[in-house]
Amino acid sequence: MPEQPPIERPQSDPAQSDRSMIEIRNVTRSYGSFKALDDASLTIKEGEFFSLLGPSGCGKTTLLRMIAGFDNPTSGSIAVGGQPMEGIPANRRPTNMVFQSYAIFPHLNVEQNVAYGLKRLRLQGGEEKRRVEEALAQVSLTGLGKRLATELSGGQRQRVALARALVMRPKVLLLDEPLSALDKKLREQMQVELRRLQQAVGITFVLVTHDQYEALAMSDRIAVMFGGRIAQVASPKEIYQRPVNRQVADFLGGMNFVKAEIVEENGASLIVDTLGFGRVKTDKPKAFMRNGGAATLGIRPERLRVLWDNATAKFEVAGKVVERHYFGEITHLIVEIPGLEKPLSVTETNDFGADDIPVGTPIRLAYDPEALVAMGD
Amino acid sequence: MTATVEGSPPLRMTRARRNALLQSEPVQGFALISPTFLYALVLLVLPILVVIAHSFWTQHYLTIDRTFTLENYRVALTEPIYRDLLWRSLYISLTVSLFTVILAYPIAYFISFHGGRHKSLWLFLITIPFWTSYLLRVMSWKVILGYNGVLNSGLIGLGFIDEPSTALLYNSSAVIITLTHAWAAFAILPIFVSLEKVDRTLVEAATDLGDGPLRSFLRVTLPLSAPGVISAALIVMIPTVGDYVTPKLVGGKDGVMIANAIQAQFGKAANWPLGAALSVTTMLIVTLMAGATVLIIRALQRLAR
Repeated sequence: MPEQPPIERPQSDPAQSDRSMIEIRNVTRSYGSFKALDDASLTIKEGEFFSLLGPSGCGKTTLLRMIAGFDNPTSGSIAVGGQPMEGIPANRRPTNMVFQSYAIFPHLNVEQNVAYGLKRLRLQGGEEKRRVEEALAQVSLTGLGKRLATELSGGQRQRVALARALVMRPKVLLLDEPLSALDKKLREQMQVELRRLQQAVGITFVLVTHDQYEALAMSDRIAVMFGGRIAQVASPKEIYQRPVNRQVADFLGGMNFVKAEIVEENGASLIVDTLGFGRVKTDKPKAFMRNGGAATLGIRPERLRVLWDNATAKFEVAGKVVERHYFGEITHLIVEIPGLEKPLSVTETNDFGADDIPVGTPIRLAYDPEALVAMGD
Repeated sequence: MTATVEGSPPLRMTRARRNALLQSEPVQGFALISPTFLYALVLLVLPILVVIAHSFWTQHYLTIDRTFTLENYRVALTEPIYRDLLWRSLYISLTVSLFTVILAYPIAYFISFHGGRHKSLWLFLITIPFWTSYLLRVMSWKVILGYNGVLNSGLIGLGFIDEPSTALLYNSSAVIITLTHAWAAFAILPIFVSLEKVDRTLVEAATDLGDGPLRSFLRVTLPLSAPGVISAALIVMIPTVGDYVTPKLVGGKDGVMIANAIQAQFGKAANWPLGAALSVTTMLIVTLMAGATVLIIRALQRLAR
C-alpha cells in the first residue's frame, strides 16, 4: 500500500464519554517475515461499540487476541483502562471474550457455564446466584439455567457465551465474529439485541467481523483493516460515505469508480474533470495525496437515480441499460455511459418499475455531486 | 401391503420380502459381525460356560461328580488362603492401574498439548518396548531389581546402602513396578485420544474467565478427558487382576496372585471345579470393581464442577 492514512478524528457523540478505554500504540505482530499486524495504532473510547472490520487474514482477530492476552505484540504497546497490559496474562486482564465457536463448556449446564468465572471469586450470600440470574435475564435465557450445553441451539449457545462474559462485568467485552455461525434472520435479530445490550450495560464492546453490514448496523466506530494495517477509523456513516481509498470503498458495499483529472486543488475541496460526470467540485479527503493530476471519484450505486419519462435533474448523466439483475425489493441496473471505461452500477428500488426496464433502453440518471467522493487508490 | 400387490403369487412376495430383509441395515450389520461373533462364541462364551458348569461340580480323584453343589464357592470365599490371594490381586491391580494412570497422564498431556508436529513420532516411540516379548521385559526387571541387579549395584556404588537389598525383588512391590511399566502404553493411548478431543478454545475460555493454568486444567481439561482416564484405568485393571506370569517371575512368595492359585488348581492340584469356582468369583469381582471405578470417577467428575 503506497500511503497510510492517519486515523481520523472521531465524531463527537454526546452519549459516550471521551475517556479512552483501550490504547493501541504502534502494535506489530510478526510471524517470521510475515506481519499479521503492522504498526497499528488505535484508541477505543469508554462505552463505545467498536468494530474491527476486514477480510479474513487482515489481522483483526490477531489484534483482538492481543487485547485479550492470548497473543503478545512483537513490538508496540496495548493499554486497557489506562493500565499497560504488557506481561499481564489473559486471566488477569479486565477483558472478557465471546469466542467465535462460543466455547461453551460441554460438561456444564447453562448456569454452571455462566457462573464459571464467578466461582473463583467466592461471592457471599447468594450474590453469585443473583448475578447469574441477572446475566441470564440480560440475554433472555431466564429459566434455561438447568439445560445442558449440548441441548442448546446455536442462538442460545451464543447467548450463554455472552452471559458468561458479561457476568464478569469486564471493562471491555471482546467479540470474535460472534454472529457468523448463525443463520441470516437470527443474525439480524442478534445484531439489534447486541446493540441494545451494549447500550444497556454501557460496557465497551470490541467486535471483530468480516461482515460490513454487521459492522455498519452495530458500531459507533469502525476500523477497516487490510493486510495487517488499519486503513480507516471512523463512524459507520463516514466510512460508508467517505471511504479513504478504493479498497475500503470496495469492501463496504458496491462503489462505481470514475477516473478524474484535477483542475484545481485548495484547502478543503477539489475541482475535477471527469468524462461522464463533467466538471465536479468535491470535498477533499483529509488523507488525500496528489498523484500527478489524476484522481479517482467514487459514487455508490444507490446514489444514482433513474429519471423517468421527462423528469429532469440539475445533475444527470445519460447512458444505456446493458444488464438488469432482480433482487426482490431492488434491481441492479448496469448502465453504459459514453466516455466511461466501466459501466455504472445503479441500484433502484422496485416501487417505480425499475425491474421492468428492458435491456438496451436509453436511460438518464440523476446524481448529487455531494455523493461523488474523491479518494486515494 | 397385500392389497397393493394383488394377484401376485405368494412366492414372489416372500422373495421380495427376503430381498428387503437382506438389504435392511440391521441384517447387513449382523452379517458383517457374524464371523467374529461366531469365533467369539465358540472360543470365549463356550469355554466360560464350561468353566461355570464345572464350578458347580465336584472332583473325585479322576472323575467328576456332576451333581449340583455350592461347596466350591464356599471354599473359594471362606478359605483364608484364597480370600487373601483375591484381596492381594485386587490390591495389586488397583494400585497398578492408579500408578499407571498417574504416570501416563502427564505423558499423554505432553504429547497432545505440546507434541506439535511430532505427535505421531512420540506415539511411535512409546510402542518401542513392545517390540520385544513381554517375558523379556519382565526378565529385564528381574535384572534391574535383583540381588546383584542394576539398582542394588547402583545404590551401593553411590553409597546409599552397604549391602544389596532383598526388599526389591520377589514381593508384591516388584509385581506392581513391573506391571505399571508393562501397561503404561495401554494407558497413554486412551488418555491421549481423549485429550486430543478437548477443544483448545475451551481452555482459552477458562483462562479468559480468570483461571490460571492449574485451575483451568482441573476444571476443564481433566473433566473432559475423564473418559480416557476411565478406559485407561479399566484397560489396566481388568487384565492385571488375572495376571500370573508376572507374579510367578518377580513376585516370589509374597507376590502370588489369585491367577497362580487358579492355575495350580487346573494343573498340579487337579481340582478343576475349585479352579473354576475361583475363576468365576474373580470374574464377578472384577466386573463389580470395574463398575465401581466408573461410578467413582464419574462422581469425582461431578464434584469437580
